[in-house]
Amino acid sequence: MAEIRGKVWRFGDNVDTDQIIPAERLVSSNLTHLNEYIFEKVRPGVARDIKKGDILVAGKNFGCGSSREHAPLSLIQAGFSCIVAESFARIFYRNSMNIGLLLIECGTDIGEGDTAEISTECGRIRDLNSGKEYEFPRYPPFITRLVECGGLVNLIREGEF
Amino acid sequence: MGKTIAEKILSNKSGMDARAGRIVIADVDYVMVNDVTGPIAFREYSKIGRKEMFRDRMVLIPDHYVPNKDVASAEQAKEMREFAKKHGISNYYEIGKGGVCHQVMIEEGFAAPGRLIVGADSHTCTYGGINAFSTGIGSTEAAVAFATGRLWFKVPETIKVELTGKFRKNVGGKDLIIKIITDIGVDGANYMAFEFQGDGVDTMSVSDRLTVSNMAIEAGGKAGIFPCDSLTEEYIKNTVKGAYTPVSADPDAEYCRILKYDLSKIESMVAFPHLPSNGHAVRNIDIKIDQAYLGSCTNGRIEDMRIAADIVKGRKVHPEVRFLVVPASQKVYRQMLNEGLMQIFLDAGAFISGPTCGACLGGYMGILAAGERAVSSTNRNFIGRMGDKDSEVYLAGPEVVAASAIAGRIAVPEQLERY
Repeated sequence: MAEIRGKVWRFGDNVDTDQIIPAERLVSSNLTHLNEYIFEKVRPGVARDIKKGDILVAGKNFGCGSSREHAPLSLIQAGFSCIVAESFARIFYRNSMNIGLLLIECGTDIGEGDTAEISTECGRIRDLNSGKEYEFPRYPPFITRLVECGGLVNLIREGEF
Repeated sequence: MGKTIAEKILSNKSGMDARAGRIVIADVDYVMVNDVTGPIAFREYSKIGRKEMFRDRMVLIPDHYVPNKDVASAEQAKEMREFAKKHGISNYYEIGKGGVCHQVMIEEGFAAPGRLIVGADSHTCTYGGINAFSTGIGSTEAAVAFATGRLWFKVPETIKVELTGKFRKNVGGKDLIIKIITDIGVDGANYMAFEFQGDGVDTMSVSDRLTVSNMAIEAGGKAGIFPCDSLTEEYIKNTVKGAYTPVSADPDAEYCRILKYDLSKIESMVAFPHLPSNGHAVRNIDIKIDQAYLGSCTNGRIEDMRIAADIVKGRKVHPEVRFLVVPASQKVYRQMLNEGLMQIFLDAGAFISGPTCGACLGGYMGILAAGERAVSSTNRNFIGRMGDKDSEVYLAGPEVVAASAIAGRIAVPEQLERY
């Protein structure tokens, strides 16, 4: 699995799906460019500055609220390589795994603008600015298989279920 | 060792020994999508490339942006309509025949005790109020359920909520669930199910139970399940589709946490912006409002409309308040008409519309401007949830919403003597 290095965008606890992508943007004609609207109510303009490979770091309960798959989809479209959070809300977690957005469950105090390096192989995150390191546990076998397949649709195409 | 209701239903539907923490693949009884989550599911379904489709288990209910808000939502609704037509899906509920998806799922008898139901809408957990294991999923998962009739589930741990006593007048399910979420936090039940037990349950109406289950997700819960009793049977007897088997927990089931509430001690609650866990007792506050909203899958049932009408009857909506009344379905709308509730709300100066999720999610039909405040019988008060990022939503039950519409500030019915 991948080695990741990117600039960090820092968010707090309970980032809900309405913050990630407001409901008024949830129409099929926006599906290819949802990234233009991410965080528009809480961090206006941020969508323009996110670069491919950046990392989103947050606190507890990231992705709480709606079941809208538009939320992880918009984060993928924005270019985030992964989301690191102390915990994730359940439906957001499933949606992300099912469509191939990498989530890492790990509490950190990595700050805004820092550069972080992540090894999913070793389960380790390093904050290159502070030098601090964090460890995170591996996924359960089923989830690992889901992620390695590239999501649920591919898993089904391979004859699962 | 015994099993919780969640473990039993997931065991029944997977043919496996479903225990908390395990992952099972289970047969779903129904899979529901709405106009926002449906289109992604339809696209993903086509990628799966299987010929099979579990048509009879699929339920398509447009409700978020219908009647069409604008051209984009019209295109989206059309996509759903055409998918239903192309694939011969009979469980499609056009406007005028349906309403808010969760209300329709119950009224049309899809939801029933002991069933496993998934829906691409986070408030699918509502049907736990009638003893189903139901939970919100994403669109891709819905597509997989269309194609296979099955889905993977991590069997949740369960929080047991022991209820005793009886609600006081003007207090109900909404007040209880806001209290619970305030006590345990918006992630207090993340990845877990709630199971409600105790003789307090016997005193709760099914409508109150549905409100409680509806907001299990606001504590992160996967499901919020009530036992099936004579009230449940009575509630569904004329509408339920097919046979069903109620499920109860084993006496030696294992719970990860036990909460206890005496219903007679629950007060009228309101959840302040911007989290459902910011609960406060209404008697301690003084907050002026611009809008009162009665409706949604949480509190848009006929029981909610009756409660509110009883409070509003013979009074006038405060001159500086817009009072929006949105029945959750066409059936509720018709019942309101038949019972004379429409007349009461109209006489008071309320605006009444047909069913839609519209304003609840900040879509349309009642959006808030910057600086405006609403008291709302809905389920979420996140930043900008019902409109501008600088607007505010205060969540409450139908009693408080109706009283506030009259008083112009957040109030309980007991405070309306001078109106």
